Amino acid sequence: MNQPVRVKTLKIDGRDVSGREDETILEVARQNGIFIPTLCNLEGLTPIGACRLCLVEIKGVSRLLPACVTRVEEGMEVYTQSERLQKYRRMVLELLFSERNHICSVCVVNGHCELQSMAQILGMTHVSVPYRFPRLPVDASHERFVVDHNRCILCTRCVRVCDEIEGAHTWDVMGRGIDSRVITDLNQPWGESETCTSCGKCVNVCPTGALFEKGKPVSERLKKRQFLPYLTMMREERR
Amino acid sequence: MSKKRIATVWLDGCSGCHMSFLDMDERLVEVFQQADLVYSPLVDLKEFPEEVDITLVEGAVSSEEDLHKIRMVRERTKILVAFGDCAVTGNVPSMRNPFGTNAVLQRAYLENVTLHPQVPREVIPALIEKARPVHEVVKVDVFIPGCPPSAETIFLALSDLLADRMPDMAKLTRFGA
Ligand code: SF4
Ligand code: SF4
Ligand code: SF4
Ligand code: FES
Repeated sequence: MNQPVRVKTLKIDGRDVSGREDETILEVARQNGIFIPTLCNLEGLTPIGACRLCLVEIKGVSRLLPACVTRVEEGMEVYTQSERLQKYRRMVLELLFSERNHICSVCVVNGHCELQSMAQILGMTHVSVPYRFPRLPVDASHERFVVDHNRCILCTRCVRVCDEIEGAHTWDVMGRGIDSRVITDLNQPWGESETCTSCGKCVNVCPTGALFEKGKPVSERLKKRQFLPYLTMMREERR
Repeated sequence: MSKKRIATVWLDGCSGCHMSFLDMDERLVEVFQQADLVYSPLVDLKEFPEEVDITLVEGAVSSEEDLHKIRMVRERTKILVAFGDCAVTGNVPSMRNPFGTNAVLQRAYLENVTLHPQVPREVIPALIEKARPVHEVVKVDVFIPGCPPSAETIFLALSDLLADRMPDMAKLTRFGA
């Protein structure tokens, strides 16, 4: 049975907007052409609030809240562009860059990477914290795909698309904090995975050069995401 | 108005950023109507001079000599510019960092050499443990990402600096550009 949907009215950056009660601040902002930067979020996948790039200020709330997982509420006053937020967002990016080894000039996705372009959009021209230069593996055991942990930002898009859309749940996250890493199956080489169907969805949703297809020139390594909204739409229609 | 004094230095980089600098072609004339090039690998001078207004630094800080040089350059420069990805992020020279200097020297000079394998210890300055972006060693005032930054980017950045404006680099370039 269909419940009547309630509509909430709120303000984003001083503008009066409205959204359904089950929508997030990010969704409503986007419908109204208000830009909030995101990395872990991808339309069609369950939002998880992992990267903290989409933090916004809400009047009367002392903490900053991630717009991708915060529902709209009646009378909310949301601010998305303050100096403080810009500073935090650049800091989030700087930490992402410093945690792994991002050598853009020789990277397989140089020129079409979401992390790289986000740095440019948010005006981040250098990393002010010391780089960690960790030693990390590259797993090229899969017939068609490679995972390069040097470029992973732990957004878990791969984990979610493989689980929620493909239904294989090959990917997961192992370890804690700075030592976290994405793994295939029970931390086996990807090429030996019994669950992977080689569908390539993870490769196409990965925002960086961490997942890529073998044997393609850089210019053809554009990620193809059109399938996601399409699959989601088809499923919702069938419900 | 007196002419500004510009210098360029070359640390651990491939000289590509300097090549891109030369790629400014006829705009070099425009730049050097407003400035003098007082030191550079492109001109024949032994000593880095005092009182330089703007110094462009190409390359990461990778050796004892780089360390010494960049500290001196910093002292003698008003506006220090990290010029290109190696200076800004460590870039390609920093790819040795996860493995450690020893492992890299072993690989390059011992494992892959058949005739008299030995790690050079004289004449060539000793590598420091990690190749570092310039700002991890001394204070940097302007960052120009890019591998290399385009001639256009360099020209616009220099034009701003020569007019005593701070350039908005993110508008012009990015890492890996
Ligand atoms: S993944 Fe993106 S940010 Fe990282 S090295 Fe590659 S292009 Fe640069
Ligand atoms: S290729 Fe498909 S099945 Fe295999 S890990 Fe990626 S999303 Fe999962
Ligand atoms: S491999 Fe790619 S999609 Fe998966 S967590 Fe890392 S960056 Fe995200
Ligand atoms: S996009 Fe909201 S936390 Fe990543």
